[in-house]
Amino acid sequence: MRATAAEETQTGWLVLLCLAAWAVPGAGHLWLGRRSKGLIFLVGLPLMFAMGLALHGRLFPFDLSEWLVALAAVADVGIGIPYFVAKALGYGDGAVRAVTYEYGNAFLIVAGLLNLLVVIDAYDVALGRK
Amino acid sequence: MQSHMLLLTVFAFFVSLVFAVIAKDDWHEQLRFGGMMFGGFLLSALVLGWLMYPFPL
Repeated sequence: MRATAAEETQTGWLVLLCLAAWAVPGAGHLWLGRRSKGLIFLVGLPLMFAMGLALHGRLFPFDLSEWLVALAAVADVGIGIPYFVAKALGYGDGAVRAVTYEYGNAFLIVAGLLNLLVVIDAYDVALGRK
Repeated sequence: MQSHMLLLTVFAFFVSLVFAVIAKDDWHEQLRFGGMMFGGFLLSALVLGWLMYPFPL
């Protein structure tokens, strides 16, 4: 059975919402009118990501021969635009000898994963589940 | 900033903040849930740290 035009519009809007929520942390909630939540995500998640960079964490490459590295790369990209900005500016090389290297990785990876959770939350809100 | 305790406290703060804001809608509930989670993170880190203290034997 073919989807109606209204359903297709709804699906397209949901995809756009999720993309926006992924690209800019908190954008999905702001779009849906949840301003305070959106602002907390907008400030908190990029700040956590920036701290990861400041702690000499590494933005992992998509190396499929090392699946743990590839998974870490997927988690890193979860933060959205801040990831690409950091890459473009030359941050995220990682300093293995730094005492805070592992902490930096934890901050970077978890910031990305938390943003993916925020995207799922925005999706649920848009569907009226929350 | 190289203190493990400080870094784990900051990490716990961010994670608790995001989980509390996702999970609860009311401001007071967020504060309560986030506070409990934050405390749980710190307490478990301290307990695990002391449990691991004798290792390696």
